[in-house]
Amino acid sequence: MLIKRFLPLIIFAGIFVAFMVGLSLNPREIPSALINKPAPEFSLPPLKGDGVGLSSENLNDKDTIIIINFFASWCGPCRVEHPSLNQLSKLAGVKLYGIAYKDDPKNSLSFLANYGNPYAKVGADLKGRNAINWGVTGTPETFFVKDGIIRYQHIGPIHDMQFDTDIMPIINKLRQEVGS
Amino acid sequence: MRYFLFPLILFFLSMNAFAIGVDKDRLNDPLLEARAQQMMKQLRCLVCQNQSIVDSDAGLAEDLRAIVREQVMAGKSDPEIIAFMTSRYGDWVLLMPPFKMTTLFLWLGPFILLLVGGFLVFRYVSMHKSTPEPRPLNADEEKRLNQILKGSHK
Amino acid sequence: MIAELGHYFLILALGLTFIQAIFPLIGASRNDGRIMMMGESAAYGQFFFCLLAFLALTYSYIISDFSVAVVARNSHSLKPLLYKISGVWGNHEGSVLLWVTFLALFGAMVAYFGRNLPKTLQARVLGIQALIGLGFYLFMLLTSNPFDRLVDVPFEGNGLNPLLQDPGLAFHPPFLYLGYVGLSVAFSFAIAALIEGRVDPSWARWVRPWTLLAWVFLTIGITLGSWWAYYELGWGGWWGWDPVENASLMPWLVATALLHSAIVVEKRDTLKSWTILLAIIAFSFSLLGTFIVRSGIITSVHAFATDPERGLFILIFLAFVIGGSFLLFALRSDKLQAGGLFAPISRESGLVLNNLFLSVAAAVVFYGTLHPLISDAVFGIKSSVGAPFFNTIFGFLMIPLVMMMGLSVHFKWKRADIKGISQRLTAIMGISLLAVVMTFYITYGGEIMPAIWLGLGLWLLLSTAQELAGRIKLFKVPLKNSLQRLMHQPRASWGMSLGHFGFSIGLIGIIATSSWSIEAQKVVRIGESIDIGDNTLTLNDVIAVAGPNYSAVRGIITVQEKNGKIYMAYPESRTYVASPMTTTEGAVKTSLAGDFFIVIGEAQNQDNWGIRVYYKPMQIWLWIGASIMVLGGIISLSDRRYRVGSPEGNKTNEGKKVKRKSIGKKNHAH
Repeated sequence: MLIKRFLPLIIFAGIFVAFMVGLSLNPREIPSALINKPAPEFSLPPLKGDGVGLSSENLNDKDTIIIINFFASWCGPCRVEHPSLNQLSKLAGVKLYGIAYKDDPKNSLSFLANYGNPYAKVGADLKGRNAINWGVTGTPETFFVKDGIIRYQHIGPIHDMQFDTDIMPIINKLRQEVGS
Repeated sequence: MRYFLFPLILFFLSMNAFAIGVDKDRLNDPLLEARAQQMMKQLRCLVCQNQSIVDSDAGLAEDLRAIVREQVMAGKSDPEIIAFMTSRYGDWVLLMPPFKMTTLFLWLGPFILLLVGGFLVFRYVSMHKSTPEPRPLNADEEKRLNQILKGSHK
Repeated sequence: MIAELGHYFLILALGLTFIQAIFPLIGASRNDGRIMMMGESAAYGQFFFCLLAFLALTYSYIISDFSVAVVARNSHSLKPLLYKISGVWGNHEGSVLLWVTFLALFGAMVAYFGRNLPKTLQARVLGIQALIGLGFYLFMLLTSNPFDRLVDVPFEGNGLNPLLQDPGLAFHPPFLYLGYVGLSVAFSFAIAALIEGRVDPSWARWVRPWTLLAWVFLTIGITLGSWWAYYELGWGGWWGWDPVENASLMPWLVATALLHSAIVVEKRDTLKSWTILLAIIAFSFSLLGTFIVRSGIITSVHAFATDPERGLFILIFLAFVIGGSFLLFALRSDKLQAGGLFAPISRESGLVLNNLFLSVAAAVVFYGTLHPLISDAVFGIKSSVGAPFFNTIFGFLMIPLVMMMGLSVHFKWKRADIKGISQRLTAIMGISLLAVVMTFYITYGGEIMPAIWLGLGLWLLLSTAQELAGRIKLFKVPLKNSLQRLMHQPRASWGMSLGHFGFSIGLIGIIATSSWSIEAQKVVRIGESIDIGDNTLTLNDVIAVAGPNYSAVRGIITVQEKNGKIYMAYPESRTYVASPMTTTEGAVKTSLAGDFFIVIGEAQNQDNWGIRVYYKPMQIWLWIGASIMVLGGIISLSDRRYRVGSPEGNKTNEGKKVKRKSIGKKNHAH
């Protein structure tokens, strides 16, 4: 009988805890379902000319951390994170590839000409179908792949301050695995 | 060559740029289109977050609609299309959450509540009837009661 | 200057709220009438200064004083006056100010209309109202002051989101808030009753009109919001089970349950702790509704403030108010003794069952809305709960609820004669079943459930009508006498009949429009047509029009219905000056049979236009049904019995007084 009268309070306490946790979660960030799963097969044309610009073959580099960055010239936040990408591309044991999402190749090229091209290779995902295979919901998104397995995903631009707090720990962790 | 292409690109752009997202390639077979529409109502527009992809203008929703139609055309079953979506976006993409361990309470909760509540109501009601009902007033008594009440009202 | 005055008034109101929170509660515990009296004056004063503060902000909006931060962020000098005013509450700071102004208003109303209440009860209610108010004033002054000035005064404001520039939405938040805040009175009554350790029929009779008032406002608010979504968002949808919509539905469901359970308390002096609990939960849901919109904890397309700091403040406030109330409930509710008796088949049991279904419905909405959060926090799985889930569960819950509703209005108080009732209802049951079969036949190939729901809607409609007909002895006595009886029905029973009647009409509309809507869309050039069902729409021309703060393209469309009726429709697509946003102004052609909903979309190429058409059968029934429910509520509110002041009187006398009146009326009709 006593417990019955306390039941509303107990239920509310549970909800309150959920709210407290919820306050620190970001409901707008939707992770890809592919984390810790093999990266999807793909083959994308280059921005300029014919042939293959970027394909899943490029992900199989042993002992290298592969970073795939989805970007577009029309995407404002992509400009914000460009300095971080330039920094990333200079790291040892890291290869940065770009996928231009639903972007006119001409615009992508002039975007890269203006802001610098940090990518070792770029593939053009003209219709955005490849992005859907990766579970991308918008640009920019950045994936960290090792041995063909997607390990991490960063949603939204990599801000300057996130470089040390979010990105470097991931890279260091993946590097340690390379050593072992 | 470039001059020739220019209007073509423009045409293409205009087809994509409708503010109300009119799909240009609906399926010709009305039955298949209806099935595709049914499917789309179950899928969340990932970037607008609380609409289905049927109700959204977002580019991604448009792409997902096109994918649903392609797969319906290709003869894929509903579970196959759902699996395609969840393997990329997780359960987040489903507006109707699947029945599994983590959604057990969501799906069974209403029925449990109804059962438990129904039991409590039953117990409550039967607790309250335990004493016998007083005998209803006969015609004379009713008349007198009315008279008394009427009298005191005036 | 005016803004500073507004800020000053707000602080004054806060001070008075302190007084209103402390003295009446102390006075009540010491049973000192003079100290208790301070509550009344403080409540009037608080309302006065809070209203002045609200008017000060409104004034800043009207004169477009962009040195005030919220005005600069949310208004624009070109906006029509109506939207300058509605802009006051179209943002976080202003809407909190509106909330607290309404809270002060209800406090003043309790002070005024509650003069006949037992002094200690009224004092406690006022004190608890003020405690809630304190939280909101502090929240506003500490985290979201609407009167903050800008150092750099911009030349022009940012403008209000064009989607919100609409008469439907201008009035939707005030009504919703009146509903939310109105439930605070029922809450305060419940807490006061827990403190006093006494709930009796007169308590229920005092609480009911306040709950009913809040319910009427909530119903209006929800309906306006839904109506706005229907014609403004351009998708032909009117309810999306969005967290914000759910947040308004939950208090509505619980308030509806509370209205019904309070009847049982009033009539039978039982079901007390449950009713108290409902009153607490109803207002908790109101607070939660505010919280869900403000904190960004649960994502929603409608959320316009996402700020963790504010979220934390509200969360702590919620913990105090809701947690505190539940604690008090746990400690004190055993004091409430159950009284009267009734048979398992009786009006009382019907009302208890109604409470069961409504509470389960509210719990479903609640858990469904929270599930994504809980799933993320507990299992780390992002998941969605959307329209398909809620529609499925509600489609199921509806069945027993509506069946019971139709049945239990025929039940008599205390003990009902099931045999007689089932005999009387055989015809209606037959008609409803026939409707199910016919509907299934007509829509053959479609699903069976809509046919069943439609039959249920009809069952409720007819059953409600028959109950009223029985009460006025329609066809049993000469028609003139029946009409006379009809006119002499107590207003509260008018409320019941209209409430149920409106619900059934709305239900039928909901079933039709969500089961049998059709849609067509096409890219057309001028002169081309689009077919929907057997109706044809032709785009004759597209012209450019200029509004006060927008430019638009307007389609001129001929609609040719299958029955030969021809008329014009003018959908628009508007682009606003202040923000590069396009809104669709659908052309809605309404009839009882159904709505044509036509939307036109811009094209970059001059000759091509995207047109989307919906045919929504019986859509207007939904709004008619809701309006009838509101009307029922208002009529019921005007019932004299609610206004009869019966302060310290003996409660058994009180019960007889009511009975006497209804019998008196009966005798008049003879």
